[in-house]
Amino acid sequence: MKGRPKRIRRISGMPAVAGFMPYGHQESQAGTIFLLFEEYESLKLLDYEKQTQEQAAQAMGVSRPTLTRIYMSAREKIATAFVEGRQIAVEGGKVELDGHWFVCGACGAVFSHPDPEVVPETCALCGSRLISRYILGPKE
Amino acid sequence: MNEPIDLKETIDLNDINELHMKVAVTSIGETADALLDRRFGRCAWFAIYDTETGKLEFVENKAKDAAAGAGPAAVALVAELGVQKIVSGEFGFKIKGMLDELKIQMVMLKEDKTIADIISLLGK
Repeated sequence: MKGRPKRIRRISGMPAVAGFMPYGHQESQAGTIFLLFEEYESLKLLDYEKQTQEQAAQAMGVSRPTLTRIYMSAREKIATAFVEGRQIAVEGGKVELDGHWFVCGACGAVFSHPDPEVVPETCALCGSRLISRYILGPKE
Repeated sequence: MNEPIDLKETIDLNDINELHMKVAVTSIGETADALLDRRFGRCAWFAIYDTETGKLEFVENKAKDAAAGAGPAAVALVAELGVQKIVSGEFGFKIKGMLDELKIQMVMLKEDKTIADIISLLGK
């Protein structure tokens, strides 16, 4: 049986690298560890940006217990990779990039802006000025 | 003798994009009264609209029945056509990343609209 569909986790940006490789002792036969984008994001928010779990959960659009689960999984995977000398590939997960989506109050279109630095003034479809930031919610 | 200055070269490229832009709308049919195809990678047709000339042409999405890689193939197709904006129902996470890299704007519509409706909105 399949559980309830996962809520989309918001991430603030794509990781700078696609993964990490161990160096030195290269005899490990074990496979690559796949660190999900949301796991990467949780580490970044909590350990790198030193946010609280409440803040990070809110930023990613998930509950605090879910955030904790994502974070624990991230730590476990990284520990496994370090101890067993395995590669880490950052990919996958149910995520959505945050920050550059807008919704039009006139025609209902949801649109991106190709330049993340620019906040558009008009709707990309109908040109209306009735636009606001769009927070990507869970899929129906 | 000096060459006459080409005014176009002195205009900011972003302004030109505003004036002259190609928009792709994913379509279930080959005519303007067809509905928007909600799928991007596996849409049946791309309606390519030129905002300057008002010309509308339909390009078949040959990758729509591919077992895998329909999304990236569709991205490659619209990029090749010089499209700067795409109107569809939804875009996958990977596709969003690819289109962002290519500086192609994405527009998602939830309701059923025909290609003609969407083009008239664009013309406003």
